[in-house]
Amino acid sequence: MFTPHTPQEIEEMLRVIGVDSIEALFERVPAKHRFPKLDLPEGLTEMEVAAELKEIAAANASTEDFISFLGAGAYDHYIPAAVDMILKRGEFYTAYTPYQPEVSQGTLQAIFEFQSLMTELTEMDISNASHYDGATATAEAAILAYHSFRGKRKKVVVSPFVNPQYRETIRTYMNGLDGVSVVGDQGDLGIQADFTELSDLIDKNTSVVIVQYPDFFGRINDYTKLVEKAHEQGALVTFVFNPTALGILKPPGAFDADIAVGDGQPLGIPISYGGPYLGIFTIKDKYIRKLAGRLIGETVDEEGNRAYVLTLTAREQHIRRERSTSNICTNQGLLALAATVYLSLLGKTGFTQVANLCYQKAHHAAEQISKLDGFELAFPDTPFFHEFVVKTPKPVNEINLHLQNHWILGGYDLSQDYQDMENHMLVAVTEKISRDDIDEFVAALEEVTNA
Amino acid sequence: MPEKTIYELSQPARKGFTFPEPDVPSTPIAEGFARESINLPELSELDVIRHFTNLSHLNHSVDGGFYPLGSCTMKYNPKINEATARLPGFGNTHPMQPIVSVQGNLYLMYQLQEWLQEISGFHQVCLTPAAGAHGELVGALIIKKYHQVNNDHKRVKILIPDSAHGTNPATSSMSGFDVVPVPSDSRGNVDLEALESHCDDTLAGLMLTNPNTLGLFEEHVEKVIQLVHNCGGLVYGDGANLNALLGVIRPGDVGFDILHFNLHKTFSTPHGGGGPGSGPVGVSKALAEYLPSPIVTIIEEGDDENPPFFGFYTPEKTIGRMKAFYGHFGIFVRAYTYIAMHGPEGLRDIAEKAVLNANYLMTLVKEDYYLPYDRTCMHEFVVEGSWKDIPEVHALDISKRLMDYGFHPPTNYFPLVVHEALMIEPTETESKQTLDAFAAAMKAIAKEAREDPEMLNNAPYTTPIRRCDEVKAARDLVLCCWTPEN
Repeated sequence: MFTPHTPQEIEEMLRVIGVDSIEALFERVPAKHRFPKLDLPEGLTEMEVAAELKEIAAANASTEDFISFLGAGAYDHYIPAAVDMILKRGEFYTAYTPYQPEVSQGTLQAIFEFQSLMTELTEMDISNASHYDGATATAEAAILAYHSFRGKRKKVVVSPFVNPQYRETIRTYMNGLDGVSVVGDQGDLGIQADFTELSDLIDKNTSVVIVQYPDFFGRINDYTKLVEKAHEQGALVTFVFNPTALGILKPPGAFDADIAVGDGQPLGIPISYGGPYLGIFTIKDKYIRKLAGRLIGETVDEEGNRAYVLTLTAREQHIRRERSTSNICTNQGLLALAATVYLSLLGKTGFTQVANLCYQKAHHAAEQISKLDGFELAFPDTPFFHEFVVKTPKPVNEINLHLQNHWILGGYDLSQDYQDMENHMLVAVTEKISRDDIDEFVAALEEVTNA
Repeated sequence: MPEKTIYELSQPARKGFTFPEPDVPSTPIAEGFARESINLPELSELDVIRHFTNLSHLNHSVDGGFYPLGSCTMKYNPKINEATARLPGFGNTHPMQPIVSVQGNLYLMYQLQEWLQEISGFHQVCLTPAAGAHGELVGALIIKKYHQVNNDHKRVKILIPDSAHGTNPATSSMSGFDVVPVPSDSRGNVDLEALESHCDDTLAGLMLTNPNTLGLFEEHVEKVIQLVHNCGGLVYGDGANLNALLGVIRPGDVGFDILHFNLHKTFSTPHGGGGPGSGPVGVSKALAEYLPSPIVTIIEEGDDENPPFFGFYTPEKTIGRMKAFYGHFGIFVRAYTYIAMHGPEGLRDIAEKAVLNANYLMTLVKEDYYLPYDRTCMHEFVVEGSWKDIPEVHALDISKRLMDYGFHPPTNYFPLVVHEALMIEPTETESKQTLDAFAAAMKAIAKEAREDPEMLNNAPYTTPIRRCDEVKAARDLVLCCWTPEN
């Protein structure tokens, strides 16, 4: 399909090689398995495949059709047109890992700027070039902590209010490290836990305490005491943050976090049914030798010009092999570029503005919903950012079915992850939601109760 | 003149993007949590576009020129892939939407699973891993859990050929295994005698790349697998080099138990300057219940009137979840598009032309460069980037000089089993003219090495920057252009 060879060229090439046929190049492949007949549909032309994919996409309903109040780890923000224009440049998306700095300064400088923006956003010292997503970045934070105690501390304390899928991912990764136990994450502390229970789990055997900010329920918790307790016991603290929230909220660095990780999807990356997204990974500088993933550093070339290179590569798998602490070798280069363009464009004012819009609209929605009969906020006294939990008079999936008829995507059903959260809906509101949308949502909810 | 950074371009109070004013009443930010300042750059939209456009011009890319980076399969990325992945019906679907509203996505993922199964000969594919290395981690954790479930706790070691990618040993140790290297024999195969000496009841498995990183088909692949299986171990296939095998052989048919695919290599999804990749994993029937969650399945069979209804399931003995949601969906759309366009003949054509190109280029290049394993190669080959009688010229010098001829260098200093390695993978999408031009450049450089070695030591001369001081970068760490302190 995309192979350019003419019959004559093939003949010439075979003659140079000194074989009679292309098949002859495959003689080492066991004969009984060679050239199997694959049971796949016949190849399509571009016109046909374009039509087929359009048809498949049309079998979905998207946020173009729905007014969406779904969040729970993926957020439908407006993406300025300029972001994708840059991403579509072949010079960026058809390049690979910048091993050769002389012909990769574009990627290198863009990622260096990404690292700069991430340290500013979080007020942490160092950011790497990114991880796969928020969940894997969180799991790698636990690995970093484990190695920073040379494997001697065997306990990982995880708040039950960390994204449930992130908690599952931590557990999967920890299976690779012998004797490590993960505690706190199973939700048995109860949903009204005020973090003293979590704090009690921290001891001298704890390598890291992982909390989310704002947490999975959208709440802005004060982790000051928890951080103090962790540090008293010598443990590290990891904040899992939402980057948009940091436009108006104190950053993890201000709480003395040792590691701050998050998913960068809200920074100009489409929700795209869950991926590809962007794992942000930032640390205090003392953990640099244990940091996994690519790092871009500034240097000079032979003529003294500023230049950027991959640096501290001696930490990485291709050099250290079995002695490296992580096997990660790529980053999410193109998505890191998206976040860099997005933040450059929004800048100081625009980014504060979008965070503020999310906050204001979410609070208006919460207030309107809580006025409805049978609906109330689950945590009325705790501040929140752009997500909040509503107690509903009926099971959430029933309500959501009804909302779908109004072309509204209702919030996330928390009973999927928390036993004691039957009839609890997690509602997310971004800047894309208008006051009218909120009115429609509230009216549809009211209709459900009366139905 | 280097391009300024976004912080150097910033002008106080300049704006690049404005949102509408709030249309709801104002609520003050929660007390004690308000952020005082955030020092992001202040640029206009044109500043931003020009800055990143200028940066893009500093990159070598597949769209711009030949990129024979060995083991990375830098083939052409068809533009239709970018169009289909951006269809609003895909790009704007939320991962937590009710499954009834995303049947298109689930159909596409299910088909991709089925197609990858058919292409590779495995029983079940899971799409979630985010990259090749992530797929390897899935494989190693499956090997671990499989032996645990069978109460076979003595199995602590993983065998890794010395030509393997660094991710293989790193993955194994990340999964709590002891890593035991296995040497290559004189033809570049796994040394069978050495392998056999490690095959005992402490063996958890073997990680095998086939074709290996020398670009050679493992001549005793069936024997190797048999030896490992006979002592109770599992065989993991690193699918990095699967491009050479499309329609040629199915790894599942030869006995591999697990294999990861690199959609960004074999199936033409873009490398993105270092990601996003996508590393689905296929397994044999015996291991299907160990795969990570979730897997797409048919919940209700269809009939003449209705399509099947798709949903997710969690395998019974699953190693757990590897990441949030379902994998790199946007990449699945691209890979689906690519496979749909090729069909069975088109896929075999890819492998055939990749192998034809590599052998043709190898024949031309070995006139001037030593080829340590001189036999028919698959998709790539490895030559020595140095000559005994010109000790001052290294693989690095040749790599750098190639840039002056307009080419991206091959992978250098890998695999470790070849002295001063240059690993060259042309891919199937390159024309004879491009290969001839590259071979001519390699020949010219070999001549330059004899006539003026010092000139090569200082190459490149025509790139946006010259050679970099990498020692300084690691010693005087500067990892961001602006920090609150300065």
